Amino acid sequence: MKKTKTKTKTKTKTTTTTKEVANKCSVQFLLNDQKVSIEAPSNITLLDLLRNQLGVKSPKCGCDVGDCGACTVILDGESIRSCLVLAPEVHGRKVVTLEGIMKKSEGEMSELQRYFLNKNSFQCGFCAPGIIVAATDLLEKNPHPTREEIVEGLSGNLCRCTGYTPIIDAVIDYIKQKS
Amino acid sequence: MEFSFIGKPAVRLDGKEKVTAAARYVDDLDFGANLLYAAVVESPHAYATIKSIDTSKAEKAPGVVKVITGKDFPYKFGMYMQDRYIFAQEKVRFVGEQVAAVIACDAISAERAAKLVKVNYDVLKPVLKVEEALTIEGCNHSTSEPILIHPELKNYEHVPWFFPRPESNIAHIRKIRTGDMDKGWAEADHIFTDTYTVPRYAHCAIEVHAAVGLYDFSGRLTLWTASQSPHTQRHLFAEALAPLGVAHKDVRVITPFVGGGFGGKAGVSMEILAAALATTVRGNPVKVLWNRAQEFYNTYQRQGVLAQIKVGVKNDGTIIALEQNLYWDAGAYVEYGANVVNAAGLSASGPYRIPNLKIDSYCVYTNLPPGGPYRGFGYSEFLFGLESHFAEIAKKLKIDQIEFRRKNCIIEGDRLAYGGKMNPNGLQEAIERVASEIKWGEEEKTTTKAHAKNIRTGKGISLFWKAPAMPPNASSSAFIKFNEDGSINILVSAMEIGQGFLTVMAQIAAEILSIPIEKIRVETPDTDRNPYEWQTVASHITWGTGSAVLKAAEDMREQIFCLIERALGKERKDLYLKAEGVRSHSDETFHLLYKDFVISGIPMEDGTFRGGPILGRGSFMPEYTSAKSNPETGQGGKPNVHYTVGAAGIVIEVDTDTGKVTIPKVVMAVDAGRVLNPDLVKGQITGGVLQGLATALYEDMRFDDKGRLLNPSFTDYKIPTTLDIPQEIVPVMLEVPGHDGPFGARGIGEHTMIPIAPMLANAIEDALGIRIKSLPLTAEKIALHFQLHSHKLIANDNHSSL
Repeated sequence: MKKTKTKTKTKTKTTTTTKEVANKCSVQFLLNDQKVSIEAPSNITLLDLLRNQLGVKSPKCGCDVGDCGACTVILDGESIRSCLVLAPEVHGRKVVTLEGIMKKSEGEMSELQRYFLNKNSFQCGFCAPGIIVAATDLLEKNPHPTREEIVEGLSGNLCRCTGYTPIIDAVIDYIKQKS
Repeated sequence: MEFSFIGKPAVRLDGKEKVTAAARYVDDLDFGANLLYAAVVESPHAYATIKSIDTSKAEKAPGVVKVITGKDFPYKFGMYMQDRYIFAQEKVRFVGEQVAAVIACDAISAERAAKLVKVNYDVLKPVLKVEEALTIEGCNHSTSEPILIHPELKNYEHVPWFFPRPESNIAHIRKIRTGDMDKGWAEADHIFTDTYTVPRYAHCAIEVHAAVGLYDFSGRLTLWTASQSPHTQRHLFAEALAPLGVAHKDVRVITPFVGGGFGGKAGVSMEILAAALATTVRGNPVKVLWNRAQEFYNTYQRQGVLAQIKVGVKNDGTIIALEQNLYWDAGAYVEYGANVVNAAGLSASGPYRIPNLKIDSYCVYTNLPPGGPYRGFGYSEFLFGLESHFAEIAKKLKIDQIEFRRKNCIIEGDRLAYGGKMNPNGLQEAIERVASEIKWGEEEKTTTKAHAKNIRTGKGISLFWKAPAMPPNASSSAFIKFNEDGSINILVSAMEIGQGFLTVMAQIAAEILSIPIEKIRVETPDTDRNPYEWQTVASHITWGTGSAVLKAAEDMREQIFCLIERALGKERKDLYLKAEGVRSHSDETFHLLYKDFVISGIPMEDGTFRGGPILGRGSFMPEYTSAKSNPETGQGGKPNVHYTVGAAGIVIEVDTDTGKVTIPKVVMAVDAGRVLNPDLVKGQITGGVLQGLATALYEDMRFDDKGRLLNPSFTDYKIPTTLDIPQEIVPVMLEVPGHDGPFGARGIGEHTMIPIAPMLANAIEDALGIRIKSLPLTAEKIALHFQLHSHKLIANDNHSSL
């Protein structure tokens, strides 16, 4: 209910190199460390591009207007809502989804994911990819956050099932074990 | 009892799939290049007659395959009462109701074309409040006759336990009459009356409703739905589309993971569109995907209620009589919601012993979106008034709140409102545990801004109860099959909606068959492959489906013993299952592992084999229930299988300037009968408490004077974030086993939300001396009440005008 943390909303950086051909554009970017080159309608969101053009299904669509955080991905090192970014905007940039985080962990779950697993942190699981991406980004920038910082850092991701406690507790346990 | 798997906090079976995003939800599935998309033409009016529909422009729009209107599907459907059409026929009855649909090659073309469908309406005056829908004594209403929303009500088919009032807006009245009211009022030393109101709420699962239908050229209709009710959906699709020649065996419903349900994905709502539309474009799958706004206004909503309560008590606090009129704003169609009204009526005494009862629970049609099931199924709504009212009575009689509840709480063997006897339960223990956990009677020191002048602390409690609301013949079934390595697959058709039931089913089978949980797979259902389950609602899965799984596992055990006896001559009575195999009490050396015989059979000396794949089956129906009762008294049946009970307490701090509530502590004690997985029970408590707090503090649906929902988004309908959680939630799990259910277990999922609103209202009263009688208890409302109260501008018992 409280005002959620304002995430980096749509970056207005326009990419002059984006070729627009009759409502289509060609977008080249790095997706989970892999070069992607795709022709896509220029008016679709990054979320749509990932899910429906590239088959990357971990970002979910819960609201399509930036309220719920289920579509959280990392764009150039910042966690953002992919429903608020237009596909052409990622041209020449780096996008990391949950699949990319697992790829970095050699195709396995990341250690943080293991903590979420063992803590039974999620229920329906729909918000899980977004929350794991947001938490990963948070810990990347601040490896030893306080409980308050974790709460603040995850406040942009809605979960209706868990009451958040088992999610926050998993992050805290993970940090404790790290230090 | 010593258990190996029951009562242990196992890691969720679906945990890995969910933390790795391997879990697939309907909209994650790929349907190929010929997938079509549907967009719905919605009514802009709450009540209107459809004069004409012009689809010609839309049909010519780019990408459009077909435009469908009510003329194409003049078929009714409904869960408990068939009062709904697939598309609106002559009339629309709520803003957002589907009037037509456009099927196109892509979603954007479908949406664009839907805007080109021209519908001409004769706008009628809508009925937006229960007070406008019928005459209610003591409420303001105009003197003119209420406008009828369903003049055809008398012709609607419904279950035998509904009692509609044709020529009115009353779709059903559940009446309860026990004892002697006149005597009750005469014996009472005091009579207290009051009115409480609860608005509508939205489920807000993060996954929106999604359905894909495919009607192939062989006549097979397959649906992929985000649903809590695959078999019920199959049944309702087959019923509704029977005129097209569709039969049950031709309909297949596949339900992958569901991103949250809370009742919102029970029964059939928008999924009927995917089923119907698919039949018009044979061979092409059609996707219907709701957006967040549609999720708010065209699925089920939690019904609002106006509760008039009259209570007679003795000087010592003994409750002697209760009269309660519940007027439910059930919306435009009550095919499901009428049963919420029914369930609430049966249990509106709350978990209290009250000898004289008169309850009238009215299901009232209005021109707002259809009401329906939401976690708590009516109990959260009536309990707000009842527990608030009891707290007021205790206060006025100067009786301690805990003492008042100790004295009046229902105990085993007490007579229930409809005549049965209360099941064994831990309610008294729950009260004591909660009182001790929140240090009832002790002054609370403010934890933040200690001693600040504008911070007041308060404590509140509420009891709760709930029975599964089900038809008397709601049933569950299970298959279990062995694999070559001795692992098993459990096939059931309950839905994994977050509660963790897959894990619990595995624990039940593990306990009987002595197989580790890691070697058990339980998946979400496909009605072609998995046996029947009524629906994943009513918190009945652990109990009902769990009973079926238990029976299936016992069936396997029986088959194994029979086989060993027949093939190896071992005495059956000596055999038992241990460590993934069979052992014998009389022969310590005997240990035959499952993997060595459950598929391949037992080799005999002559080279032949005995046995064959072992398959377990289990069915469960509570054969002791009946919905048959006297419509005027509610007596004579046994509609509820049992009640799960508990108590909850809260410690709050309120800022008197802003009305802002902070919550240092919530305690919830629930009697689970048997805790099968404490981690999952705890999950239900932490989740249910926060969902409950949100409905109590800030959520509610706002409609304008034309019946339009004003806040159909998470921007305007705020649900809690990590910043809104209580500082501490203490779960207390009690175990008074039931006579049935796996190991005595009962459901607890919905219950954790039920006591939250009255508990909070009671704590606010304790902190500030103000009684707020309408939800939600927003900061604004609290601050205004407090200002008025402290300036003595309103009498303490006359706050309801705010």
